[in-house]
Amino acid sequence: MTTLTLNQAINAGLRKAMEDDPKVVLLGEDIGTLGGVFRVTDGLMKDFGSHRVIDTPLAESAIIGTAVGLAYRGFRPVCEIQFDGFIYPGFDQIVSQVAKLHMRTHGQVRMPLTIRVPFGGGIGSPEHHSESPEAYFVHTSGLRVISVSNPQDAYTMLRQAIASDDPVLFFEPKRRYHAKGEVDLDLDLSRAPAMGAARVVSAGTDVTLVTYGPLVATALDAAKAAADEGVSIEVIDLRSLSPIDYGPLEESVRRTGRLVVTHEASETLGLGAEIVAAVTERCFNYLESAPVRVTGFDIPYPPSKLEKHHLPDLDRMLDGVDRALGRPNSLSGLEG
Amino acid sequence: MLEATASPGTSPQPGLHQLIAADGSAVTDELLAPFVADVDDEQLRGLLGEMVVIRRIDFEATALQRQGQLALWPPMLGQEAAQIGSVHALEKDDFIFPTYRENGVAYCRGAKLAGIMSTWRGSANTGWDPYEFNMATPQIIIGAQTLHATGYAMGLAMEGKESLAIAYLGDGATSQGDVHESMVFAASFQAPVVFFCQNNHWAISEPVGLQAHAPIAGRAPGYGIPSLRIDGNDVLAVLAATRWAATRARSGGGPSFIEAVTYRMGAHTTADDPTRYRGVTELEEWAAKDPIARLRAFLQVRGQLDAGQEAAIEAKADAVAAELRAGCIGMPDPAPMSIFDNVYTAAHAILDRQRDHYERYLAGFAGTAEVNTLPAGARP
Repeated sequence: MTTLTLNQAINAGLRKAMEDDPKVVLLGEDIGTLGGVFRVTDGLMKDFGSHRVIDTPLAESAIIGTAVGLAYRGFRPVCEIQFDGFIYPGFDQIVSQVAKLHMRTHGQVRMPLTIRVPFGGGIGSPEHHSESPEAYFVHTSGLRVISVSNPQDAYTMLRQAIASDDPVLFFEPKRRYHAKGEVDLDLDLSRAPAMGAARVVSAGTDVTLVTYGPLVATALDAAKAAADEGVSIEVIDLRSLSPIDYGPLEESVRRTGRLVVTHEASETLGLGAEIVAAVTERCFNYLESAPVRVTGFDIPYPPSKLEKHHLPDLDRMLDGVDRALGRPNSLSGLEG
Repeated sequence: MLEATASPGTSPQPGLHQLIAADGSAVTDELLAPFVADVDDEQLRGLLGEMVVIRRIDFEATALQRQGQLALWPPMLGQEAAQIGSVHALEKDDFIFPTYRENGVAYCRGAKLAGIMSTWRGSANTGWDPYEFNMATPQIIIGAQTLHATGYAMGLAMEGKESLAIAYLGDGATSQGDVHESMVFAASFQAPVVFFCQNNHWAISEPVGLQAHAPIAGRAPGYGIPSLRIDGNDVLAVLAATRWAATRARSGGGPSFIEAVTYRMGAHTTADDPTRYRGVTELEEWAAKDPIARLRAFLQVRGQLDAGQEAAIEAKADAVAAELRAGCIGMPDPAPMSIFDNVYTAAHAILDRQRDHYERYLAGFAGTAEVNTLPAGARP
């Protein structure tokens, strides 16, 4: 095992994928000499050459669109979108081409793109640098969507994403880039948990708290704090946002009878909406209370001085847990 | 090979319009000269003063970022002539669509220092009213504003106005589809828009040669838009070229494109470390072409800048720096509930409900420590 930060683990995953397959090429802005603004690609241009680690001109539509052409030619492109809020110029290529080409061509053309996106807030950035656009891509059929929460998953799942013959949106929690963890660099991918599998990261009995990416660490903190008050929270890290692995969620909610979903993205039509609906369909008779969403508000991302009010934190998660448990909470006394 | 390669044709070269050389000597340029024939030494001293002031703003803001008073700052060091020369070619009714780096333009246009800094402190997304002095707020999405300027100019043309819109953009932006589409629209509709491109040689770590294999100014004619490639560190050339473009726009001549060749002497932003990708030789080469030193020399050699005038300029810069610092440090934090403001122009049931719920949530902390700093278990 090796201790790595999350960004170092992604770097290691990229390196391994490039060593294993000469058709893996990286495209993005400032990913070469600079090593990426978050240093995720640090050293890769030096070791693999500028024909495989490609500093592109500033054009996200072109980064995705040329990756489509490279994929047609048998390459496995890994695109870096520098910040979440910069992905939209490439949105058309992702939604209209990347997601649909396999079906459009009766399965004859595969699009094994990996599109890496540093996402989420909490780092004090200006506008367009802290967004959580994952729901747009989960809503788009034909894409697989991943969000990692720790260095080992980052290393393993990036390799799985690159190996996937389907296109994968790979969301990296930028405020956790420097979080350290133990990583097994010799991990055999064939023995690793499936890319689509959710994971129970903290066992509990009273309430099921579901999240992904940057908020997994916060949810674990919330579980610890709740334990001090005698409340047992089971925390589930979704890992895969498309498809969502409902097995562990169903199993958990059947035991706890209570569900809280939390994410940074806005509430309306966010992942929480889908998860609450699906779990309600599947576990209706087991639910003891209405499922709860603890999310960012339905607002454009606020200026950084106020982002702490937008981002679900430990206290807001615990308030949501209290609602699920019927304990006194901020909405006590309100109907609906 | 797949990688983009640096082009040799991206440093100053024949065809670069100039009125004041790097050493401060006058240069003859028949195309530009008529546009600044009226500019006297008093006005030149004014331009010098403004360049000195915005450089001081830049230093002060960089220092405030280092001290934790600003979250981020995008330096404009080295680009003072491009900013000051261009903004002075504009009339009050002209409308400016800037990038995030045109903070010197914003100051000279009338933006309050505290307003400018509020964005970089993280207190507000933007810090001025675009209609107060006809300047849109800083655009962060690379190149997006060129379409806005073109559309605004189309509106001016529809209304028969003689005003124009100007889009500021950088060399990196010229790779974005939006910029190309804006030039197509500008030409199709003969919109009175000026594309003012500051080629500062670097898009974060990517040299301009990676974005452009030939001088950027050469692209516009392909769209049917006349262009000029000018020395962007020569404030007089910048003023003249922008007046050339403005004259065309006001007289029904349609769009123009200016490539002002300059250099980003600082980092991309204070979060950037340029030592990772560029050498000192290049910096020294461009330091020798400094826009402020050049205009100062141009004035001094003819005895048009005495010690008293220099001292007055410095005193003004000192006063602006003090005002900036005080305004920044004294800036109140925005109210938490303001995150719900202005999402819509009218009531929105779902958002209103969220606002109500969050208000109740915050009320639960009344009388305790500040929200989000509570130890676990101290919540309501």
